[in-house]
Amino acid sequence: MEQASNYGWSLPVAASTFAKDIDFGINIIHVAMFAIFILWGIYFTYMLVKYRHKEGVPARYKHGGVLWSFVPDIVVLVFELTLIFLYAIPSWSRIKMSVPPAGKSLVLEVVAEQFAWSIHYPGPDGKFGRKDPKLVNASNVLGLDPHDPAAKDDIVTVNELHIPVGKPTVFNLTSKDVIHSFFVPEFRIKQDAMPGMRVPVWFEPTMAGKFEIGCAQLCGFGHALMRGDVFVHSPEEFEAWLSEQKPALPQTS
Amino acid sequence: MAHKKHDAHGSQDFISKYVFSVDHKVIGLQYLITSLLFLLFGFILLMILRWQLAYPGQPIPLIGRLLSDNLAPGGVLSPTFYNALGAMHGTIMIFLGVVPLGVGAFGNYILPLQIGAPDMAFPRLNMMSYWVYLPGGMLMLLSFFLPGGAAQSGWTSYPPLSVINPGQTVWLLAMLLIITSSLLGSINFLVTALNMRAPGMSLWRMPVFVWAQLVTAVLLLLAFPPLQAAAILQFMDRVAGTSFYLPANLVVFGETVRAAGGGLPLLWQHLFWFLAHPEVYVLILPAMGIVAEIIAANTRKPIFGYKEIVGAMIFLGGMSFVVWAHHMFVSGMSPKLSNFFLITTMIISVPSVALLTCLIFSLRGGSIRFTTPMLFALAFLPLFGIGGLTGLPLGLSTTDIYLHDTYYVIGHFHYVVVTGSIIALMGGVYHWFPKWFGRRMDDFWGKVHFWGSVICMNGVFFPMFIQGLSGVQRRLYDPTAQLHNLPTQPLNIVSSVFAWLLFVAQIPFIWNFFYSMFKGKKTEENPWKATTLEWACPSPPPHGNFEKTPHVYRGPYEYSVPGHKNDWTPQHVEA
Repeated sequence: MEQASNYGWSLPVAASTFAKDIDFGINIIHVAMFAIFILWGIYFTYMLVKYRHKEGVPARYKHGGVLWSFVPDIVVLVFELTLIFLYAIPSWSRIKMSVPPAGKSLVLEVVAEQFAWSIHYPGPDGKFGRKDPKLVNASNVLGLDPHDPAAKDDIVTVNELHIPVGKPTVFNLTSKDVIHSFFVPEFRIKQDAMPGMRVPVWFEPTMAGKFEIGCAQLCGFGHALMRGDVFVHSPEEFEAWLSEQKPALPQTS
Repeated sequence: MAHKKHDAHGSQDFISKYVFSVDHKVIGLQYLITSLLFLLFGFILLMILRWQLAYPGQPIPLIGRLLSDNLAPGGVLSPTFYNALGAMHGTIMIFLGVVPLGVGAFGNYILPLQIGAPDMAFPRLNMMSYWVYLPGGMLMLLSFFLPGGAAQSGWTSYPPLSVINPGQTVWLLAMLLIITSSLLGSINFLVTALNMRAPGMSLWRMPVFVWAQLVTAVLLLLAFPPLQAAAILQFMDRVAGTSFYLPANLVVFGETVRAAGGGLPLLWQHLFWFLAHPEVYVLILPAMGIVAEIIAANTRKPIFGYKEIVGAMIFLGGMSFVVWAHHMFVSGMSPKLSNFFLITTMIISVPSVALLTCLIFSLRGGSIRFTTPMLFALAFLPLFGIGGLTGLPLGLSTTDIYLHDTYYVIGHFHYVVVTGSIIALMGGVYHWFPKWFGRRMDDFWGKVHFWGSVICMNGVFFPMFIQGLSGVQRRLYDPTAQLHNLPTQPLNIVSSVFAWLLFVAQIPFIWNFFYSMFKGKKTEENPWKATTLEWACPSPPPHGNFEKTPHVYRGPYEYSVPGHKNDWTPQHVEA
């Protein structure tokens, strides 16, 4: 699929399992908002026309129907409580509070910096190597420790996230410098990358293709240019891609 | 101590009358003019910024050549200057524009008059609050001329960016002054409203506007000190090598940042939003108070549900302190906490609905006069409604994941603050102008200003909802740098053109304001035939306000009382 056709004048294509959860909420609230606004607007216009100043017609001193004024409050309260307990809390719990177990998911680390996304794959041994900020340099962007055996086969990509379709991707998100925010519109995923913290994030892509990673938190003069791509492959393609990758650290015998 | 009436009539020279005045009315007008100028300045910053959004990378016509090369090389805005314009636009509009206008100007001038007081409880403190605000504002503007330029980290100033970016030290110093000014003002408002009411002016006879200012003052008093403390900590992080907000092991552009200890950027967000959410109600409550006053006077009937309105305001004020973290659903804060803030945020919309309901029900059975101030007050109702409704998907944690930090947020809060707050404050200017200057503003130009503003404001802000839904992030120097932002890029042009037209629509207002101040049609004491006490003294009121302390006999909105000769029965007239 051509990537540009993912986007338009409304919600982009939904390409993750929880995108439909979020879209459902956005759609239902907008339909309700629109209905409330139209009904309210009709009543408002009617009031303005009916009770416009006319010579010889005085205003009424007494207000009728005080109890009626609580009807909109109650309607809104019931609508909101329904949204909270039947939609928001359950969907929040699915999206943010139940991270899929390691065995069933692809586990990564994502590190943000001004103005790039580094993706850290554990390599064939499945273990993430130790990272030390003191070791960060142009050829070792994450500061992988060459003395840690687990680090030797680790793979690092910059601004390219490769993942398989149909399998949850779980990653710890952090930042080297300032706050960034990992945002892929098609996946409806957004999470701040907070320096000093590792925030667990997950999503499951449902569609193969190329998608865009943007930064949603002001991170400095290059904020607009901070972007990357997500390549969602079929499982076989993903394995092939992974096997072609060279370890990030120079190999010493 | 409390102002004594006879002190007020002492001789005054130019300086003590117009510059270092202790008269709440002069201070109110000082705030009025200053905050309107700041609003204009903040708006000009936005117009420059909107050029870059509409036509990224193209030189700005006319203004581009006036800007120095480090701000706009070849007339094209630099990304750092774009960020500075964004941060300063937000800061100036909120802290130097709308709050000082709603509280400093309207509160100062109208509140003592409406409760029948000769002045504020602490006139010198009142003077000081203005004279702390003005230097704070000037310092903020001055920061544009410093090496490194003005603050560039957004009006929210999230660390670590704000600690490492230039321009922030002066921003923090200016904010300390501005916050101090607000605190001095809020104490004065509370003491005045509670202690200096005229005989007979019980709490339940206070106009809605006074209640709105009272609740606002409590919010300012309780919410600003945490931000003040937070700003001092950020200042220390910048100049004294502390690390309240800097975590260990920061690496900025390849260099390790030496931090004294392991701080937490989230701490700033908590402290900031603990102020900044109540701040929304500081922006909106005075506006609602003004709308209530204007609607009562122009429907010629008592306001609907006076006690419900006041109760809703108090509830709104109280609840505003427990909703702050709905700005932080995706910040990395524990997701378990989100449910609490989700529920409180949703509940806070109920008193807002109650307020709007009472205001629209006030129209029922009225004899509505479409005066210029009334047009502004009426426009407030549906437009604030849009602002409120679009808060729902942002307050709901799940939908906020997607909409957070997109243009949807910008659309939402501009509907609340611009088509809500500012529209109402503009209505207030037309409503009370005769009281301030003893002259009226021209009605025709007022209506031109009204229609121009309302149409253009919607043209600026409505497209932002569509952009937000399509995923356009906020604060992007170049929106065309990312593929998903391209389809809605034409909407950036629409918004920008309407923003420039909105400026054109303000010209009749500016002209009308200053022309009418000197040459406007002279008016009587009570041109709107309104009931509240500010209309019971001369226009403009003399120093000391009332010839004789008025006695209050009834509630604030006794219009069209059956059996009475006039359709208004002022609060101070016996029987």
